[in-house]
Amino acid sequence: MADLRSNFVGIKSPNPFWLASAPPTDKAYNVVRAYEAGWGGVVWKTLGEDPPIANVSSRYGAVSYNNQQIAGLSNIELITDRPLQVNLDEIKQVKRDWPDRALVVSLMVPCEEDNWARILKRVEETEADGVELNFGCPHGMSERGMGAAVGQVPEYIEMVARWAKKHTRMPVVVKLTPNVTNILTPARAAKAGGADAVSLINTINSITQVDLDIMAPEPVVNGKGAHGGYCGPAVKPIALCMVGDISRDAECAGLPISGIGGVETWRDAAEFIALGSGPVQICTAAMHHGFRIVEDMIDGLSNWMDQKEYATINAWRGAAVPNYVNWGDLDMNYEIVARIDQDLCIKCGLCHIACEDTSHQAISRAQENGGQYEVIDEECVGCNLCMHVCPVVDCITMEQVQNGKPYTVWADDPRNPDNMKAAE
Amino acid sequence: MTDRAEIKAGRLAPAEYERNFVDVKPSLTPTAALVEASRCHFCYDAPCVAACPTGIDIPQFIAKISTNNVRGAAIEILKENIFGGACARVCPTEVLCEEVCVRMDQEAQPVQIGRLQRYATDFMMTEGGQPFKRGEPTKSKVAIVGAGPAGLSCAHRLSTLGHDVVVFDARSKAGGLNEYGIAAYKMPDNFAQKELAFILDIGGIELRTGQTLGRDVSLAELQEKYDAVFIAVGLGAARNLAVEGGDLKGVLPAVDYISDLRQSTNYQTLPVADKIVVVGGGNTAIDIAAQSKCLGAEHVTIAYRRGPDEMSATQHEQQFAQTNGVVIRHWVTPHEVIGKDGNVAAIELERTQLDENGNAVGTGEYERLDADIIFAAMGQVMMADALATRDDGILAMIEGRISVDETMQTSVAGIYAGGDCVKSGQDLTVQSVQDGKIAAASIDKFLRQ
Repeated sequence: MADLRSNFVGIKSPNPFWLASAPPTDKAYNVVRAYEAGWGGVVWKTLGEDPPIANVSSRYGAVSYNNQQIAGLSNIELITDRPLQVNLDEIKQVKRDWPDRALVVSLMVPCEEDNWARILKRVEETEADGVELNFGCPHGMSERGMGAAVGQVPEYIEMVARWAKKHTRMPVVVKLTPNVTNILTPARAAKAGGADAVSLINTINSITQVDLDIMAPEPVVNGKGAHGGYCGPAVKPIALCMVGDISRDAECAGLPISGIGGVETWRDAAEFIALGSGPVQICTAAMHHGFRIVEDMIDGLSNWMDQKEYATINAWRGAAVPNYVNWGDLDMNYEIVARIDQDLCIKCGLCHIACEDTSHQAISRAQENGGQYEVIDEECVGCNLCMHVCPVVDCITMEQVQNGKPYTVWADDPRNPDNMKAAE
Repeated sequence: MTDRAEIKAGRLAPAEYERNFVDVKPSLTPTAALVEASRCHFCYDAPCVAACPTGIDIPQFIAKISTNNVRGAAIEILKENIFGGACARVCPTEVLCEEVCVRMDQEAQPVQIGRLQRYATDFMMTEGGQPFKRGEPTKSKVAIVGAGPAGLSCAHRLSTLGHDVVVFDARSKAGGLNEYGIAAYKMPDNFAQKELAFILDIGGIELRTGQTLGRDVSLAELQEKYDAVFIAVGLGAARNLAVEGGDLKGVLPAVDYISDLRQSTNYQTLPVADKIVVVGGGNTAIDIAAQSKCLGAEHVTIAYRRGPDEMSATQHEQQFAQTNGVVIRHWVTPHEVIGKDGNVAAIELERTQLDENGNAVGTGEYERLDADIIFAAMGQVMMADALATRDDGILAMIEGRISVDETMQTSVAGIYAGGDCVKSGQDLTVQSVQDGKIAAASIDKFLRQ
């Protein structure tokens, strides 16, 4: 069995599956159940200063897709609503009982050095493994100058990260908000402030749906709705892109990352790790299915690594980063065309109508013999749309055209106007 | 029936009747409908549409269910097939839309189109309101003979086109086979009459029941008084069991007993025999056999002269009967009905096989089955004697049914025919509905000339 152990800025865990700072990690009861289920670590739900915040109900809005519940989840819950000392006592006890598991504490206090110094001191006494600075929550707390209100101002990120490093010996992870134009700016600021690592993404500003009877955004709180923070499977592509952007950024080079956003399966986690992530953090999937999902995460990742003959996670961490390039680095001469396996084809015609109505008119429908669908090679641009709409696995594949042309990027392509001018 | 001891009512406890005649395929729950709808690929040029005699845009109505636009889904169905509710219950979908569903190729499990259709149409009947409006009045008046699916489909379409319609029917209730012929467990809860009310709700359709063509009203008279006539009288008399003893007491037409059963309000009072043999291989044979079992008959055997593939009842129907305890004997044909004291006592069957021309012929081997009642379910024949026209002519016939062209016009201008009394396709409710639709379009064109 593959070695799944993780060492993230000195924080060790038996596997790379951590629960993100959220309701599942709000108190000892849940965290102990998570550890019992096999989770490698948790980031305790964000602590703040007393008196604790108060929450509203309801707190969640969800997007279901094609009868699948929770393709995306939005929440308007704030940080922990329990007194600070209660949380700290529980953290201390849990860490003592579960020394082999990672326990990181998420923090959010007003943007003053004293406030950060005070809370860091108290967390340190719990012997937790590290802290995560919550600069990400986009709802509620941001209206009070915390969370995403900090994460959207690079100077604040750098400043608070520096304070944190100054006032604690614990590793400091900065959690980034995706509600920015360019994720590299806050990531670079965290690094400049001396943060040991970044974690991302926090949730995305969202309205999941509008209640058309009440005429208010969901979740509806007595006739009104506020924007929430969006997470769950739907946000994974956005998170992967941001993790990849930081991984390949020269300025961020060497900055450890904990990937977060829509991870539901071992495969999702593997994709984050392939783009350079350390331990991945999960929340929505656990809130949807319970902690037992970690069994397959551990088992699936391990089996996949065995098949690939990877002994450790570090053997392949970041392996996809060199292949994450800009459009201008792609091969203009690479050609593929669609191939339809007529034996597998069920003749639903979805490839035909997608291509006919919305793309390149490259799939014909024969009038005879039950309407066979055929690719017109000369018209096919290899866009892949047909492959994606086809409901039959492996029925439409993309085949490389051996054109004998060399790898040529846009800058060198004869169709580039600059090159056309030069050729004149 | 008779006062013989072998034939008696009340064989079962009240609860058993209730269980046996419960809706055989109940409506899907909203959740189940959404799950099922999500299985539809929304095919382009979908094969299911081509397989539906009424051409319902099936992917479109299923897509509407999946967005919870159930009313829109129902209208999508009903605009092509006003009997969408009945057809959802009685269509042999396994040999129509569902047989060609692309999911059959993919996983041998079609989208349950029939049940989704029922889900949508049930919604319409209970809370959807009346989606159809009468057309701008044309002052034309059309007579329709026969208030079954063909006649009413035609009447409804004509009403939407603005014509006034009078529908004549020989029976005391309208609905045709939906009311008198379909097996009770396929259409419980008086559905035929509820659907009839929904169809008539559009207005412009006058119903005259108890009017038999050729007795109470003549074709010549209808030609005189109306601008066009549509004949949808279905088929008439059941074929007799033409063997020795076929006229013995206890040899009965299956359709008559099914009609009695459908009109019964208390199945406990229906006498049923101990041992029953049904002769035939169509849906009527299945329906009488299965319903006899449901009423408590001990031994029910269907005797059919060919094999399972040749039966016009689908495999699904055959299995349904077998599951209900009916024995199906293939490759046997009636040779003689044996009587005792003037009553049926047994039937002598001769084994059959195919000859070189593909005909089923007797082998000379015989066997005898005890029977208290024998039901003849070998089809019905057209009764042509009422079809005399105004000019003392008679409508042209073909293969024992009224001859029509592709517009449903008969050999006489202004007279159209459809449903089971013509041979337009399979003898199915859905085909009758389509015939009525086509005839309505033709009549409309004729009237506007």
